[in-house]
Amino acid sequence: MTSATLEAPTPSLATGNFHPWLLLLMLLSLVLAIPVVCIVFSVFLPGADVWQHLYETVLSSYVVNSLILLAGVCALAMVLGTVPAWLTTMYDFPGRKVLSWGLLLPMAMPAYIIAYTYTGMLDAAGPLQSQLRDLFGWQFGDYWFPEIRSIGGAILMLALVLYPYVYLLCRAAFNEQSICVLEVSRSLGCGPCRSFFKVALPLARPAIIAGLSLVMMETLADYGTVQYFGVETFTTGIFRTWFGLGSSVAAAQLAAVLLGFITLVVLLEAWSRKQARYHHTSTRYSKLRRTQFTGWRRFVPTLICIVPLTFGFIVPAIQLLVWAKQTWSDVIDDEFLSLLAHSLELAALASLAALVLAVFICYGKRVLSNSLSRFIVRLLSTGYAIPGTVIAVGVLIPFSWLDNRIDGWMRENMDISTGLLFSGTLFALVFAYLVRFLPVSMNTVEAGLSKIRPTMDEVGRSMGLPTLAILRRVHVPMLKGSLLTALLLVFVDVLKELPATLILRPFNFNTLAIRTYELANEERLADAASPALAIVLAGIIPVIILSRSIAKSRPGHD
Amino acid sequence: MRICLLLLFTLLGAEASFAAEVNIYSARKEALIKPLLDKYTEQSGVEVNLITGKADALIKRLELEGVNSPADLLLTTDVGRLHRARQLNLLAAVDSAELTKNIPSIYRDPENYWFALSLRSRVIVYAKETVSAEDLSTYEALADPVWKKKVCVRSSSNIYNQSLVSAMLVHLGEAKVEGWARGLVANLARSPKGGDRDQIKAVAIGQCKLALVNTYYLAGMLSSKIEAEVNAANKVALFWPNQNGRGVHVNISGAGVTRSSMHKEEARKLLEYLSGAEAQLWYAENNHEYPVRSDVPVSEILRSWGDFKADDLALSRLGELNASAVRLMDRAGWK
Repeated sequence: MTSATLEAPTPSLATGNFHPWLLLLMLLSLVLAIPVVCIVFSVFLPGADVWQHLYETVLSSYVVNSLILLAGVCALAMVLGTVPAWLTTMYDFPGRKVLSWGLLLPMAMPAYIIAYTYTGMLDAAGPLQSQLRDLFGWQFGDYWFPEIRSIGGAILMLALVLYPYVYLLCRAAFNEQSICVLEVSRSLGCGPCRSFFKVALPLARPAIIAGLSLVMMETLADYGTVQYFGVETFTTGIFRTWFGLGSSVAAAQLAAVLLGFITLVVLLEAWSRKQARYHHTSTRYSKLRRTQFTGWRRFVPTLICIVPLTFGFIVPAIQLLVWAKQTWSDVIDDEFLSLLAHSLELAALASLAALVLAVFICYGKRVLSNSLSRFIVRLLSTGYAIPGTVIAVGVLIPFSWLDNRIDGWMRENMDISTGLLFSGTLFALVFAYLVRFLPVSMNTVEAGLSKIRPTMDEVGRSMGLPTLAILRRVHVPMLKGSLLTALLLVFVDVLKELPATLILRPFNFNTLAIRTYELANEERLADAASPALAIVLAGIIPVIILSRSIAKSRPGHD
Repeated sequence: MRICLLLLFTLLGAEASFAAEVNIYSARKEALIKPLLDKYTEQSGVEVNLITGKADALIKRLELEGVNSPADLLLTTDVGRLHRARQLNLLAAVDSAELTKNIPSIYRDPENYWFALSLRSRVIVYAKETVSAEDLSTYEALADPVWKKKVCVRSSSNIYNQSLVSAMLVHLGEAKVEGWARGLVANLARSPKGGDRDQIKAVAIGQCKLALVNTYYLAGMLSSKIEAEVNAANKVALFWPNQNGRGVHVNISGAGVTRSSMHKEEARKLLEYLSGAEAQLWYAENNHEYPVRSDVPVSEILRSWGDFKADDLALSRLGELNASAVRLMDRAGWK
């Protein structure tokens, strides 16, 4: 049987004595936490004058808008994520196989790009409303049409591309739930709906929370969409304060507040879960027998699942294709291939590095299981909520300082100049990606690890295996699915990343995201379509690999 | 381990420094500067390396990199950022007879720390069918209640709005401008969103009657390959405001040589090239910006709009007042 059981926290494996893991963990996280710490320390710098102004004028609308956005995106992403995850796992319906991976496709669509495409279609000056006006002889203002560039529109756009995080993790969780527990619930008289709400959903809670926290942090860090839609959020406020008011200190302080907020939410969630741990207490799985409807009702799940896929991927992709067809000959030049190569190179480097680090950090936390290691992991998990530009500055500060110190020392003692060794190179850029996206891979690896019962570790140790060998021979094989997921999630995220790349990249180094941004920022949406489409296409491949692996990952599945 | 080392070296990729090269941090988008730089490389043999990005982020990078920054030239699309870079002590004065000859003194720093390379004026566009040019006069008049719910303008986070308000602060003083900004906000047809082209399209479909935009956006739409853009642009007309007074507000794109530059000579030569007739013509023909020198012809679209009187305010004032302008717009509720 599988169930959420209340267990005492796993006793520390390293009680009392010094453990090499601790040193490694501390060292790694110390380095990775520097940018976040830089931001936090800005709080101690003077910036009161700007705060007074912000407080009197715009701060409240930043906060309110951000909260509305957050609540809206989370609620919508949860529905769009959990319902199709449940349907594709438990029911058999026409198109199930295609939909079960197709539902992940919106993940390849950057939020700012979906925002551009829908604005292009639905805006008052767009083709749809123009045709309506021509058809009925209306003038603007004669009819009602929802305004896409509004906070509601922003919620919709973000939820449409972010729900796959919830779907992905939820589907993995539903897949891993033993059917027995659902059969028990059915035999106790719960209908399919009640079983979903009373048993499956609570059991999938860690997965849903993990997915939602990714959604939440992405939403808070988003700048492109909200800025384009004219919605003033905390993040647009950070940039307005920095660029407009010229106060980078106050901007960093706003970012620190954002960090504080995220930490608070994470702590609240942990507290509400209290001591509950979600291990599977049974390893017995019977083959999943999917329920089948008959007659017209067979198509109901198909229709439901097709909705998020259509609006999150198919419609915007078609719009991009239409635009790209008009403009590709001007936009695709000799450099286009190098853009693609740079994008893929960065994504591969960063996702691999993030995976290795995530495994070590999460496993270290598991082995140590003390409050210090938990604190370190928590500190590192906040990076995802910080806008990329702020992280980039947080990376530049320590690295350029270090570079200039090394250079000064070398000049003095050896009479040679080393210049900038770290900042302004790909190293700094990949480092920034790690700070920002490590939480994604850590989240995934941790969710996977938490499902492996601590007794597995104990068995390993009782057989005399050293800690690292247990990781290699016990955990890694059991975690294969989670590891792949972690790798691919970061890969796709880096492909889409813009702001940190923009600031930190070396000379003459462009990516697809940068090309897209530069064209779209000049309001040349049609010209931006070709590179945007290339990002989407490059992102689809890992997404498909990902979904295939989930389908295969069900324990007891042949 | 060997792989790790190899990886590290590729990542660090210590760049060999050539004598004949110039490194640019540019807030101008690649497409709007690279072709010109390629031409320069072809003519002079000097290699030009480019990083594009947002001006403030590039300035921050320059500042943090300090004396070791590889950048030789900072290119921005407004004067406020050049002024800020100078204030942060990031720019070096350039002594060049050619630059002072090519660029009129109001379009460069009084002490030659930065130079304008093109001009961008902010004008009023109006719906041809429903508004006549006689109804229009000045920026100030946009706050007149007759235009209630009829004006479109983009967010006050945009630098062009910020520098317009800065200029008005110099001419009219804080109290008057704040009153004006409140009046303008009350006249908005919709809450600010999108870019300048969006405002033009909103005028074209009748969502508003007037909009504040930079000239080259309108020219870009008129010369676009996309029919819808051309059609929208043809529905609006351009009006030069404040012609009987101080003149239309003008901002610049410009550049300065960095203090840390290791290639100051090459950077100066590139600046001279960018202020030369060939480069100036390129700006005018390709992005429909106004050249800084009067002896270079403008594009046909620009010619059709006729001559105009430009505000001759010292541009460095715009940079000084930028933060005050943003605060004022915050207070006025201009989103």
